[in-house]
Formats: sequence, structure tokens, C-alpha cells
Amino acid sequence: MNRNVVISFGLHTLLVVITAMSLPFLAKKPIDLPPIISVELIQITDKTNIPFAPKAKKIIKKIKEKEKEKKVVSEQAPPKIVKKEKPDAVPLPDKKIEKVKKIKDKKQNPEKVETEVKQTSEFEKKELFDKNTIAALIDKSKEESAETNKKLDKITQDQDKSIDLGGLSLSEEDALKAQIFGCWSIPLGLPYNENLLVRIKLQLKPDGSIIRSEILDHARMNKPDQGFYKVLAESALRAIKLCQPLRVPSTGYERWKELQLNFDAREMLEG
Amino acid sequence: MLLRYLFIFLILIPIKAFAIIEVDITRGNLSPLPVAVSPLSIDENSKKNFKKILKRENLGSEISIIVENNLKQSGLFSPINKDSFLQKPDIANLKPRFEDWNLIKAQALITGKVTFIDEKLRVEFRLWDVLAGKEMMALAFTTVPSNWRRVGHIITDKVYERLTGESGYFDTRIIYVSEEGPKTNRVKKLAIMDQDGFNNKFLTLGNELVLTPRFSPTNQMVTYLSYFRNLPRVYLLDIETGTQEVVGDFPGMTFAPRFSPDGKKIIMSFAKDGNSDIYTMDLENRIVERVSNHPSIDTSPSYSPDGKYITFNSDRSGYQQIYVMNSNGKNVKRISFGNGLYGTPVWSPRGDLIAFTKLHKGKFYIGVMRTDGSGERLLTENFYQEAPSWSPNGRVLIFYRETKTNAKGEGFSAKLWSIDLTGYNEKMVETETDASDPSWSSLLTN
Repeated sequence: MNRNVVISFGLHTLLVVITAMSLPFLAKKPIDLPPIISVELIQITDKTNIPFAPKAKKIIKKIKEKEKEKKVVSEQAPPKIVKKEKPDAVPLPDKKIEKVKKIKDKKQNPEKVETEVKQTSEFEKKELFDKNTIAALIDKSKEESAETNKKLDKITQDQDKSIDLGGLSLSEEDALKAQIFGCWSIPLGLPYNENLLVRIKLQLKPDGSIIRSEILDHARMNKPDQGFYKVLAESALRAIKLCQPLRVPSTGYERWKELQLNFDAREMLEG
Repeated sequence: MLLRYLFIFLILIPIKAFAIIEVDITRGNLSPLPVAVSPLSIDENSKKNFKKILKRENLGSEISIIVENNLKQSGLFSPINKDSFLQKPDIANLKPRFEDWNLIKAQALITGKVTFIDEKLRVEFRLWDVLAGKEMMALAFTTVPSNWRRVGHIITDKVYERLTGESGYFDTRIIYVSEEGPKTNRVKKLAIMDQDGFNNKFLTLGNELVLTPRFSPTNQMVTYLSYFRNLPRVYLLDIETGTQEVVGDFPGMTFAPRFSPDGKKIIMSFAKDGNSDIYTMDLENRIVERVSNHPSIDTSPSYSPDGKYITFNSDRSGYQQIYVMNSNGKNVKRISFGNGLYGTPVWSPRGDLIAFTKLHKGKFYIGVMRTDGSGERLLTENFYQEAPSWSPNGRVLIFYRETKTNAKGEGFSAKLWSIDLTGYNEKMVETETDASDPSWSSLLTN
């Protein structure tokens, strides 16, 4: 009986250890993702390194010739063609890869990397410039495929951010901020040296009125030493209710039907 | 078993959150919050009883006026004129019609009910968030009818705390030196009043000069300076019993007394042969200890709220400046380095700031600085003003200000003033007579 228990315990422990080791995100937080960016660049660099440029040129020429022959594919052709060609176009001998890796280990010529990135952009242009998305704007039937392609593309975190920021234009954001600034009465008794950030997620109607508001750090509301947070969160909710309907853009409802407002009182209280 | 682990594995797979537009709101307005203080509802029977006992027509209405005045005085709230109220007090207390209160731009609403039960006063009150349409707080108090003003102050404290996030300062008292007569022959008496100026009482008769009264943290005792056999001495007065005694048997003059945060010690200056140093006296065993030892004038000591440090002013650098030292007198550091003379340092109850009086180019300033001397801010400037004292929440300072006399020596007056930490909301505190040397008590109820 005991032996079985010991074996069971041992095997369970082994399984947990294996599972834990095979799940890298358990050890690292999602925010540690940025190194991925450099990996991406390295791969691109390998394919576009100067020694292979003649080969690449030949391949490009071939592609262009084929394109001319077909006379059907315009500059706005879907990127799929390039995607297919990419792996075929730059076959890398193993030895060369090692050489390139060595160069990178020594971290030489950072300027070179820049130019290399520029070179890659020529290759990647068709991928990064996502015509599917634009096409989807014209033809809604393509929306789904465009989104799928987007997910498949390895978008770096920086690129991802730029997409988020693109949600509202600066003037749209300023208009919204200015409206809420006027509605938010900041409680003056808040402690200066605490985290005074309240994040509120909103679901909006097309006219800017609020369907639903949700405090994202709701757990802090009931913590005994965070009484000030409740006061702050309530003041933020009051501001939203007082301001509604919010000054949202007249178009692009899908972009801003969900908004997150980050109320931070530190700047005001610290003067 | 494998399925279980697969299930756990699937649960643990992080799903990339859908990117949502974020907007940072880093500014707001600091204008007073519009609040509606509805008169507390009262039934006819209770009204008759209170009228008989307290000679007050409508106690519910009068308590609401106390709350309203307190909130207005704080500068953080803007009570809405009662004439614009659409809903009657009795109905509003049961279920406010938020649309009506929203219409008059109220963001918070206070309602309540006053009843006479078993010879006692019972007050219920509710605080409502008008925009959210929900109740934020509901409390009830029972006390003797004569405490009706205090009930108003306690309600204000609760509302203030709920809406600002810091404790209030309304159920407190102020002790000060009442002054009457011409400047050359002033009669000075100890007086005590509620923070709003009501319930004023004189504690001494005015036969001897009195100065610098300070509250004990327990509120039962007051220490002050008076004259004994023509020598200035530190006294101790029990407010409840009226008994007073000289603190210690010093062979010279003692002055500038103040209690320690636990109320067990008095810290003061003792002067002899032109030298003045800081001493403490334990009130239980009467043991006296010397804290500072320097051939200069060290005075105006004030403890930090945790009792670990003492701030005081000294002229050891050649000019009067503010210093901080450990409570055992070691590790003395000068913290004021600005132009002018600095005096009367008082440590904030929050522990983060020291208030002071500054004299520079013939003008007096009341200001605050951090406990390391950085971040000096001058809050108010005048011909003559000094002796700041903190409200128990560390938000407001009370001090006194004297006016210039004309060529004939007329027109002199001394009045109490209050100002909040922002430097705004400077207001005169009404007193029956001229007044100086105020000291703010801690909250009477916690």
C-alpha cells in the first residue's frame, strides 16, 4: 500500500516537474516577450546577408520575370507569392549560418544590422504592408481572412503597440481627455506615496454613452489598507457618468466600442 | 490521468488579450464637489420634545446646517442652496429620486432622520452617490440631546472621510488665548471652543498672563505658560476638573511646552543664565531629562507623531533656524536653509511635513517643509502672524494674525485664521474676543 503511494507520489511529482519545465511561460511573465524581436531580426539577417546577395538577386530577377510573363499580378498582389518564395529563395548552407552566428555573438557592426534590416524590408514589404487588411476595409467578406493572416504573421511587440495606438487619433484622444478632465473631481485626501492608478474598462454605445463600466483592479477596493483606492475609484466612476455621452469619434465604432481609461491622480496631487 | 494534465495544460495556456484602446487620464479638477445636504426629517412629536428641551424649532434642519457649514468651510465641498431642492426630506431619506438631485448638479446627497427616543436624541444619516444612484454609507447615533451640535460634526467627519479618503477634523476643539483691552494692557485668558467657534468657554480668569496653550493627545489635559511668582512657568490644566499645577520645580523659567504623542511626557524649554535648552518631564514619575545641550537658545520643541524625533528652533548657527534631532538629543541636523529667520516648528500629525513661521524682510510667513527641509512652501504672508497648529488630519493649519495699529496706537486686533495645505481656502475663525496662540485638539471621537 505504502509503496504504491510512494510510486504514485513520485510519478505525480515527476509529471508536475516535466509539465512545469515544458511550460516556459510559467517561469517567465508574458512581458518578457521582447527578446523575440531580436530573434526575428536575426533570421531575416541570415537570409539577406551580403554574401548571398547575388543569389538573392537572381531569385528576385526570376520572380520578376515570372511576374512579367504572367502579366496578371499587379503590385497589389497578395503577399502569399512572396511567402512561398522566401524559404526557397534563400537556401542557406549550414556552414554559412555558423559564420553569421559568430558575427552576431561578437555584436559587431550594429550599423550593418540596420542596413540589413532595410534590406529585409524589401523582402518583407509585402508581408508587413498587409493589403489584406486594406482589402478587407473595402470588401468585408475578406475581413475574416485578413484577421487570420494577421494572427499568423509574427508581429513584434513594437508593431503591436503601434496598432493599439492607432485606435484613436491624437485629436480624438485629446478631445476625450479634455472632456474627462473637466468631469473628474480628484479627492484631495489621497496619500501621495501610494499607487493612485484606477483602470476602468468601458463598453460604449455608438453615441458615446456607457453600456457598462468595470473597475479592473476591483480586488483592491476591499483591501483594508486600500480605503483610499475605493474613494479614488468612485471618483473616477462619477467622472465617467458625469461626462457621458463621451466625446468619441463619429466613425469607427468597432475600434472604440471598448475603451480603457487609466485614471492616475499622482500628477495632480504631487503638483 | 493524461486527460487531466492535458486539461490543466490547456487552462494554463496564456491567451493573448485582445488589444483595447487605452486613454490615460492624468488631470482632473480640484474644484469643490457639489453636495446636497437635505434637512434631516423629524416627526412632529420629536420636534415638540426637542423644542421643549433645547429651545430649538427644528433640530433636523439645524443639524443639517452644521454639516453644510462644516463642508463649506473645508473648501473641498460646495453645498447646494436648499431652495433648489425638489424632494422633501422625509421622502428623500427613504428613497431619493436621483434624477431630481442630478438635475440640480448634486454629486453627493446627505439625508437623515432625527427622533426623540427614551429622552435621547437619535440621528440616522445616509450618504448617497447621486450619479451612481447608490447608497455610500448609512450610520445612526444616539446621545443626550445637548450633544446635538457634536452629532452634526461627527456626521461631517464621516462624510468627509468617505468622500476624500482622509479622516475629518470637525469633531474637534480649539484652545486659544482670548485677548481683550488695549494693546498696552491686554487681559489674556485661556479659552476653549468647538472648531467652528461655538460653545466658547473661558478656562482662566485673566488675573495672570497666559501663553502657548497646547492640547494633550488625550484631550483631558492642557499645558500652557503662565506666571508663578513673577516667573514664567509651565502649567498643567485638567479641562474636566479645572485643577491646575506647575510642571516641575525648575530654578529658572520654563516655556514653550508641548505634549509627547503618547501624552505621557511634556517637552519644554528651560532657560537659565542666558542659556536655553530642551527638557522633558515624565508626567507619571516627574523625572526630568535634558534633551539638548548647547550654549545657544534652543526652544519650541515638537515631537514627530511616532515620538522618535524632535524638531525645534535654535540660533546655534548665528540665526534662528529649524533643527531635527533624535528624541534622545543625538544626531542634531539643521533643516532650514532659506533666507530669513525660522521658528515655531510643528510636526504634522501625518508625519510628512513640518509647519513653521518665517520672518523675512519684515514680513511673516506661515509655511511647510518636508522633514528633511526640502520642499519649502510658504502658504500665507502678512504683517504679523505666527504659531501654526495642525488639524488632526494634517490638512489644515490654524494660526493667529495681528493687524497694524495706526499712529495713535488704535486699530490693533489679533484673530485666528486657518489655511489648508494647498495655500487656498484661507479663512478667519470667528471668536468672541481677540485671539492668539491656537492649538487644535485631536478628534474627540475615533
